[in-house]
Amino acid sequence: MTFFRLKAVRLAVLAVSLLFIGIGLARQEHLDVMQKAVRICLECVGIG
Amino acid sequence: MRNDERGKNDGRGSHYGYGNKISFQRVVQLLSAAVINGYAIGFAKGKIFTGKSKAFCVPVLNCYSCPGALGACPIGALQAALGGGRFPFYVLGSLMLFGIVLGRLVCGMLCPFGLVQDLLYKIPVPKWNVPKKFDEPARYVKYVVLFVFVIVLPLFAVSENGISIPYFCKYVCPAGTLGGGLPLVAANPRLRELIGILFDWKVAVLVLILVSSMFVSRPFCRYLCPLGAFYSVFNRFSFYRMKLDEHECIGCGRCERACPMDVEVTKDINGPECIRCGKCKAVCPTKAISSEFCKQSNLVQPARGEK
Repeated sequence: MTFFRLKAVRLAVLAVSLLFIGIGLARQEHLDVMQKAVRICLECVGIG
Repeated sequence: MRNDERGKNDGRGSHYGYGNKISFQRVVQLLSAAVINGYAIGFAKGKIFTGKSKAFCVPVLNCYSCPGALGACPIGALQAALGGGRFPFYVLGSLMLFGIVLGRLVCGMLCPFGLVQDLLYKIPVPKWNVPKKFDEPARYVKYVVLFVFVIVLPLFAVSENGISIPYFCKYVCPAGTLGGGLPLVAANPRLRELIGILFDWKVAVLVLILVSSMFVSRPFCRYLCPLGAFYSVFNRFSFYRMKLDEHECIGCGRCERACPMDVEVTKDINGPECIRCGKCKAVCPTKAISSEFCKQSNLVQPARGEK
């Protein structure tokens, strides 16, 4: 892989990831994550 | 390598816990496990942490129903988001960020379940070399687990009520059983009453993986972990990467004997199976292997005046 191609891919993925996080925060998806995470997931522990 | 050679004189050296030294990798793994599961009182009370830090995804496979967990499991969160019918911008963005910055360094240095497997592999029993004809195709199973259990089933297999379940968490994840199921069931009589065939199945899966870990290095990471599968895609591009100085390499093979993932280190040091544990770096007699961050010093760079 060439120097510039690697640099371009890295920066592009980094930019997209930060964009996605920003969109997710704007849509308050982090609160949905928290709502799920603060309750015991019965499926996860093998009961539900 | 013969089965009886591995684990006895496999070139890993004292840097990785043989003799009296505790390695840098082990220290980081233990610290990571302690920080990620820092709500220690949860184990005693049989309750999970409900603070605001659970809005953040940790980079590793760590069940958010583990009593000690301070953050959210990214695979669990991804399934929940997909099951809700929305594009998971926040969770996917978090995973991509971890992946492009670190690659599978997360697996080698930070994952508590990886630590469990590493510790079990130190038990002195004969070690198995999985033949390549089985090992190589089996490595693709984790991508199937990612695609089917984590993405497709939560998206499309919904109940009549429109509720989706986290299929990987429910039927496969051993970290959830070990970190969440067993401690909660042990501390909660009410949960013990609810145990059924699903719990038996999950314990059986966990036991199989834990026992396998004594004989094969990192079997879950090799064949089943969907998070490792996701991060593996980023290994070739991540900011953190391994580097091999081919001029210094003498072809002794110590790096490949030390590698817990059976990576052909001298041929594909940044391949998708490398978990960046650094064991190859530690055993190299000529210091031909190193790691770097944000550089690309082993790539073709343009000559002066060229673009």
